[in-house]
Order: sequence, then structure tokens, then C-alpha cells
Amino acid sequence: MKLNILLCALAFAFFLPAAAMAVQPDEILPDPVLEQRARVISQQLRCLVCQGEDIDESAAGLARDLRLLVRERLVKGDSDAQVIEFVRGRYGDYVLMKPPLAPRTWLLWLTPAAVLLVGFAAVLRMMRPRRKPGAGGAA
Amino acid sequence: MKLQIFALVPLLLFIGLVALVAVPLLRGTDPAKPESPMIGRAAPAAALPPALAGVQGFAPAEISGKPAVVNFFASWCVPCQAEQPFLARMAREYGIAIYGVNYKDKPEALAPWLQKHGNPFTAIGADADGRAAIEWGVYGVPETFVIDSAGIIRLRHVGPVTAAEYEKIFAPLLAEVQK
Repeated sequence: MKLNILLCALAFAFFLPAAAMAVQPDEILPDPVLEQRARVISQQLRCLVCQGEDIDESAAGLARDLRLLVRERLVKGDSDAQVIEFVRGRYGDYVLMKPPLAPRTWLLWLTPAAVLLVGFAAVLRMMRPRRKPGAGGAA
Repeated sequence: MKLQIFALVPLLLFIGLVALVAVPLLRGTDPAKPESPMIGRAAPAAALPPALAGVQGFAPAEISGKPAVVNFFASWCVPCQAEQPFLARMAREYGIAIYGVNYKDKPEALAPWLQKHGNPFTAIGADADGRAAIEWGVYGVPETFVIDSAGIIRLRHVGPVTAAEYEKIFAPLLAEVQK
């Protein structure tokens, strides 16, 4: 039991400073459950004025405004999905760190699988024994 | 013979990849400036208090009935300064009602800025905490919207409005919504 607490404290000591870089102390909600939900939501929303950062890790002014908005809506009783939908409705799919699977994004999502399949087919082709007369030195 | 046809596959894939990149590039669409989902929707209704003593605040409900341009700007924003002369021309020469939303600014900074760069705005609402900007899906200043007479957002323009962009993007749309 004591060890558990110690481990927890250690984990906090190591990971909390890094995670709390952007989120300012005055933003943090008193309710730890709501705060945790806010953190998870923030990690799914893109900072629109940064390159590839989510709003949870960005120090930009707009990211802070959005973090506060996320917390405000959670306090008002919104579900996680409602909060994300609120922001997506104003900034579009671009604001989502993970693009949704839609006809527009099929190319994006299915390309890796397609490349894997093509590669697999190519390997199978190459492994097939060749029936070429006199081709012995190709190993 | 069959092998030779397969040898063309990498080349075709490469051409496809080049086309995928080149087409948006040549069409001038910037993936960093995504289309706003607000287009086609009603402008957010929340009224904004006057940004300065002596000016009118911005009440979206009051402008319905005729098309309008809404410009998010700030005195600390250099590109806003750059578009100010052209906004003045839009208001003066083309008779367009431009409503300003003053983003994260202070009256004591705004007043001298308007003195210096001109005031093309019919009304200026204050967005001190940036919440109105989020409601409108604004992610930076300046951004400019065109609203039709039914109060529907028809256009969102990111960055300063130039004469060339006005002729190309704004003028045809304003002509259409003013009919």
C-alpha cells in the first residue's frame, strides 16, 4: 500500500510538470473528474494557430481560450461529445487532431492498408519459384 | 512483356502523387486556411458592447435586412493596419456597411489607432476575452465575413482584404446578395 502511494507520487513528480506546461493553474477546475475530462478533450482538439499541437499542450492565446471554453461547457453539464461538437461546428474537421473517417478521408485512412496489401502481393510474387531455364545464380 | 507493364506502376504512382500535391497548389487553396463550417449558417446572434465611448456596439440582430461585412480586427495587429485604407474605400466608395469586432484590445489603444488609420466601421463591438471570435470560428485577426440580408454567413476571408481579392471574391458575392 505504501509502495503504491510512493509510486503514484513518483509518477506525478515525473509526468505532471511536463503535462502541465501549457495549462495554467488558474484554468484548472476544482473538480478533478471534470478536469481530467477537460484534459482528454483538449488533447483531441487542434491548436489552430500552431503547427501540429493540440490545445492542451499549446501556449497560444487561442488555445488557452479554447481550454477555458471546454471547461466552461463541461461545468455547464455538456457531454464530452457535445463539447467537441461545439468546437468542430465552428472550426470544422480541421480542429480535430484525428480526422473523421468519411468519403473525403478514405484516401487518407485507407492508403496505409492499400500499400500494405500491394507490398504483400509483391512479396508473394517474388517468392514464387521462377521457371526460367538456366536461372540458377540469382540467389 | 508482362513484367514491363508492371515496371510502369511506380512511375504511375509517382505521377498520381505529384498531381495530388500540384492540383491544390496551382488552384491556390491553402490547407492551412480551411473552409469555415460557419458558411451557410446564421451569424452568431450575441450582441457585443461598444468598443469605445461614442461608438455603437455590434448587434448582429440589428443588421438583418441588408447585407453587411463583419471585420475582426485589433490595434495590435499589423495586417489589420494594412487593410484599413482599403476597408475605408469599401465603406466610402462602395457604400458597404462594415461592422468591426475589436478582438482582445483596449479602448485606450484603439482610439488613437482609429485616429491614425481611419475608421471605416458603422459600429464596433468589443470582444475583450476573444469569446465572440470563437463563436464565429475566428482563429486570428484580421478575418472578414460577408453576411447576406437574411443574416446568413456567405463568406469568410482570412487575412487582410486587398483590392485584388475584393474584386475577385467579395465584389461578385456582394453584387449577388444585394440583389
